[in-house]
Amino acid sequence: MASLIPDIVEDALVLDPVDSPRRRRLPRLRVWRAVVLFVAGAYFLIPIYAGLRFSLENDAGHLSLYAVKVIPSEPGFSAAFWLSMRLAVVTLALTLVLMVPTSVYVHLKFPRLRRVMDFVTVLPIVIPPIVLILGVLRAAPLWLRASPYLLSLVYVILSMPFVYRSLDAGLTAIDLKTLVEASRSLGGNWLNTLWRVVVPNLRSALLSATVLTLALVLGEFTMASLDLWTTLPVWIYQFQQVDAHVSTAVSMVSLVGTWLLITLIVSLDRSQSRRTRRRTNNS
Amino acid sequence: MTELVDATRSAGAPDQAGARVGLEGLVRIYGATRALNGFSLTIEPGEFVALLGPSGCGKTTALRVLAGFERLDSGRVTVDGRDVSKISAQHRDMGMVFQSYSLFPNMNAINNVAFGLRMRRQHATQRRQKAAELLELVGLSDQATKYPHQMSGGQQQRVALARALAIEPRVLLLDEPLSALDAKVRGELRDQIRQLQQRLAITTVFVTHDQEEALSMADRVCVMSQGRAEQTATPAALYSRPTTPFVAEFVGISSRVPVTPVGGSVELFGQQCRVRSSDAPTPPGEVDALLRPEDVALTIDPTAKPFVTHKSFLGATTRLIVQVDGVPVRVDLRSDVAADIELGARVRPSVVSKDVLVATRTNRRDLTPE
Repeated sequence: MASLIPDIVEDALVLDPVDSPRRRRLPRLRVWRAVVLFVAGAYFLIPIYAGLRFSLENDAGHLSLYAVKVIPSEPGFSAAFWLSMRLAVVTLALTLVLMVPTSVYVHLKFPRLRRVMDFVTVLPIVIPPIVLILGVLRAAPLWLRASPYLLSLVYVILSMPFVYRSLDAGLTAIDLKTLVEASRSLGGNWLNTLWRVVVPNLRSALLSATVLTLALVLGEFTMASLDLWTTLPVWIYQFQQVDAHVSTAVSMVSLVGTWLLITLIVSLDRSQSRRTRRRTNNS
Repeated sequence: MTELVDATRSAGAPDQAGARVGLEGLVRIYGATRALNGFSLTIEPGEFVALLGPSGCGKTTALRVLAGFERLDSGRVTVDGRDVSKISAQHRDMGMVFQSYSLFPNMNAINNVAFGLRMRRQHATQRRQKAAELLELVGLSDQATKYPHQMSGGQQQRVALARALAIEPRVLLLDEPLSALDAKVRGELRDQIRQLQQRLAITTVFVTHDQEEALSMADRVCVMSQGRAEQTATPAALYSRPTTPFVAEFVGISSRVPVTPVGGSVELFGQQCRVRSSDAPTPPGEVDALLRPEDVALTIDPTAKPFVTHKSFLGATTRLIVQVDGVPVRVDLRSDVAADIELGARVRPSVVSKDVLVATRTNRRDLTPE
């Protein structure tokens, strides 16, 4: 921090040599930005560092990979992990199948309903999760209550605010009406139009929706706990009472895993864009 | 398709690919607005018809109804006598080029052109070959692998044209395809569209608010106002023989001069002029004569009251504005003739056309901006 400030001041002098209010403001602004960045970074990184440190310590306080190594063999971990994965996939599929056509339809046919959609999709944030899950458990038929996939249905609702906003931004960014009409006039049916024309042009929005949904499902605790299903977050919580080091290590691995998954998805998108550009430039 | 491309290569031997289109009493209502108010038009096979009119006159609605994107409140659309009003856009076999660049951003040029063929389940090799032929037709064979964002506006519209032609449409619909382009590209593409249309003999409906485009491209122009066809005629007839005041004022430039009707004629600049016969009766009461700038001649006369107030050099012609009893009258003269007339010169106007169009008098004296 101390070495950063003189550089910033020097940069400002080079950029704006005239003695002006802007010149006087610039270093102060940059220092302020650096402070905000530092505080925000510390806020996020210190707990992660503490968790990481704790998960890499044994009971004697020495550094050890023991807690990480034993994760796969801990009782209940595999079942919880795969249940979370299955729920993530099912939730994602349901969310996209439900939300993509709905959002497209609203944009095309009922653009005035977008405000209503904005309001409706924000309700899951307003309603406390405990109220939502208790209501669902009372209303759902028995066969569905007995299935973990009831959680997927609830997660679809929980992810709506994020997914709808991502899709809404993506749909607003393209000339949806013209693209759909062009496809229809060329003989495309609705399914073809959606699959070949609309969805490929919503790639970034869909990626964003995917990332947010996965992050939500893999981190959700309240619903799963109240529905008595041991998903990964529930297992982490429960195992804390058995071995806090392993439980924290799983949290860390889960955090890194989610981050890697998101990075993989985003880099896949970027590499596809690069391939497209290269293919075109070579032609 | 092969026939289509072959036809383009043997100019002057167009195949009869076009269909006869009938728009009969179309009515489309949005809330309190009647976008189409009994609009009717018949388009012959292979004919190029432009729908021309001011914003909100219903021309785009008419095209969208024809394409199948808008439902009708009443009336019907026929193609070769068959009612297609209830058929969806997907099954109408009409190629459309849109005002905004409508290429699919996720596909390169050749895949855009081949899209319609893919929807028709043509074999991949066959459709790529046909798409390549179409791109060659519009002069973009070297852009086949480019994506829309890598092409200029003109190139995108040419690809859109190739894409619309690829499905061998029975009717080609052009919804202001040139309006987003700069003047030079617009001129080039205008010529290219017209040449292709003539070669392929595809029935074409072209929507525009640009009268220069409509008059230079179309076989016939349909001037629309308030959801109706005001007049449908060849460009020459529309310009020189407008049948309604709206057409006279919307197409080209007209000056309004107050006159008093006497029987079937009016007195204008001291001359007796026949009132142009049209379907509409001569309006009763006070009327204005509508004069084209080229329908008026000027003679220098120092004793005359009218005088020249403005003079604009337009190249081959020069436009003068003459104050006649307080009314500005536009007059186009050959530039060498106009050179002899100074600003403020006293002149005597005379009507050179054999008849004049009259309209109910309004407070507006000169409706068409220069």
